[in-house]
Amino acid sequence: MTVQLLQGNRACALGALAVGCRFFAGYPITPSSEIAEIMSRELPRLGGKFIQMEDEIASIAAVIGASVGGLKAMTATSGPGFSLMQENIGYAVVAEIPCVIVNVMRAGPSTGLPTSPSQGDVMQARWGTHGDHPSIALAPSSVSEAFDLTVAAFNFAEKLRMPVFVLMDEVVGHMRERVDLREVEPKDIINREMPTVPPEWYEPFGNPPSDVPPLAPFGEGYRFHVTGLLHDARGFPTSRLDEIQPWVERLFRKVDRSQDEICMWEADGVEDARVLVVAYGSTARSARQAVKIARARYGRKVGLLKLKTLWPFPEQVVADTAENVQRVVVAEMNLGQIALEVERVVGRSKVLRVGRADGQIVTPDQIVDAMRAP
Amino acid sequence: MKRHDQGTYEYLRHHKKFPHLWCAGCGIGIVMGSLLRSVQKLELEQDDVAVISGIGCTGRMPVYLDFNTMHTTHGRALAFATGLKLARPEMEIIVVMGDGDALAIGGNHFIHAARRNIDMTAIVVNNNIYGMTGGQSSPTTPLEASTATAPYGHVEQPFPICELAMAAGASFVARSTVYHVTELDRLVEQAIRKNGFAVVEAMSYCHTTFGRANNRRTPADNMRFLKEASITQRAAEKEDADSLEGKIVRGVLRDEELPEFTDLYDQVIERAHGPITPRKRRVRRGWV
Repeated sequence: MTVQLLQGNRACALGALAVGCRFFAGYPITPSSEIAEIMSRELPRLGGKFIQMEDEIASIAAVIGASVGGLKAMTATSGPGFSLMQENIGYAVVAEIPCVIVNVMRAGPSTGLPTSPSQGDVMQARWGTHGDHPSIALAPSSVSEAFDLTVAAFNFAEKLRMPVFVLMDEVVGHMRERVDLREVEPKDIINREMPTVPPEWYEPFGNPPSDVPPLAPFGEGYRFHVTGLLHDARGFPTSRLDEIQPWVERLFRKVDRSQDEICMWEADGVEDARVLVVAYGSTARSARQAVKIARARYGRKVGLLKLKTLWPFPEQVVADTAENVQRVVVAEMNLGQIALEVERVVGRSKVLRVGRADGQIVTPDQIVDAMRAP
Repeated sequence: MKRHDQGTYEYLRHHKKFPHLWCAGCGIGIVMGSLLRSVQKLELEQDDVAVISGIGCTGRMPVYLDFNTMHTTHGRALAFATGLKLARPEMEIIVVMGDGDALAIGGNHFIHAARRNIDMTAIVVNNNIYGMTGGQSSPTTPLEASTATAPYGHVEQPFPICELAMAAGASFVARSTVYHVTELDRLVEQAIRKNGFAVVEAMSYCHTTFGRANNRRTPADNMRFLKEASITQRAAEKEDADSLEGKIVRGVLRDEELPEFTDLYDQVIERAHGPITPRKRRVRRGWV
């Protein structure tokens, strides 16, 4: 690809198309609507399908239906729509259907500030749908990461048969940056596994060594039942403990064992740091500037840990990186959602939160002040 | 010796736990039979058929059927089906829902699926109650009925399912009852055959909840009610509005040729991309 000036939302859409997404169902909501508009234009060009559904609940339902039909499928929304989608997200978790949900976060709660950024849905991405379930959420901090992490999201969704979240914030979604997007080659693309056994032997919810059963599409000769009820290996509802307990364990294990691959981050200057800044999304950009200032102006040994994966929370990385620092500053556009996780791992006394939930970005100065605070 | 239901018997998932979970005397089994007999009559391949349901007693139907089946979330079956249809337009998609699933929580999706006239069959099993959860009022519970959430009598007007479907744009709308099985079979078959959004309202009953609270305690009482309370559309045309009060009008209420959504979207693809290869269609509809 050539160098372009691209909007974050556009890069997200292009990443989806490059990795093989051929279905989008969505509902307009600021600040994500550009993704729907771009998909409406580009998908039919590739023979893909776009539909604007009547609400967000229908959108995620259609995404799941299309994925069951064999297409890589995605939707894009913001906080209020994300809340609406939670029930069907849980359906995709239980039925183990690959799909990607992009949430371009805006200030909430409720209608909030539709055109202002936040990072307020981090915990919703972890626990929004009811019940116990694992979660994968990626947070781009630049236009090129919007492309790359959307590609990664599809790969995780297909590999692990689950919904995966891309949590952009309005700043990243709407900003424009110069990018040189890489070609996504077939070797970079992970597709869901197809069964290798005849239909009579196929167990759509079985327990293979990989912990992820193959997923045949409807209409190709493999007939099976997909339900949100807890079910056995064949997909039939069950309440037997000897079928449910192993299933719950497998649901978590399939993500746990891929943790190293899923958890992505960038560390800068952390080796001898006395103060560590942990940030993600557009706040990581303010954090990078703050770290520069602290080093140059104050001669402080400070490091930056930019999280690209928020869930599963990269506990080991955070623990290791923070081991020898005196202070960990967690900066985010909310009142302490990732900070809670950092505090849990590192200890509350070490952590200083820099947060705001007023629709404004966290500034470099705010972070510098926190680094210097007594 | 060949069983009389040999063909439809083959469509059942025998390795699923039988007996089924419905009450003895429930009308849902009859609707399931109409569905299977229609699939057989139309000579559809099992791999080409998807049956998608919502939540409730009717929602429990797909698991028993050896097709591509989905039991989805309450009220959202048509939305899931829309996604599947776009991904697999050549499949025959039959969506089964109860009155509450389709018209209460699912009302919005019902309206828009009809508006799009997307090619699928929506069978609404209307028993005027929420049976699975113990007999609470539904959008089609009649005025003054007694239900678990209307102990002093239900004071809301019931939803006219077929009129709503027609107003929203469905190209095929029909109604019958689980008493009038041969008619129901015929309507379901026509609905599946239809290239468009085809609604069949299958009037049924729940003797276990509604019946027990409203003096129709046995399945036979309810069958008698359906027989006596219904009238064919042709006969209804001769009656005036007053005498039709409370009657169930049976028959094909609408069958029109209207543009179908996936056909229209194929045109969108052609505009965006250039000519595409004609979509595989079942031979009985002729080539498009």
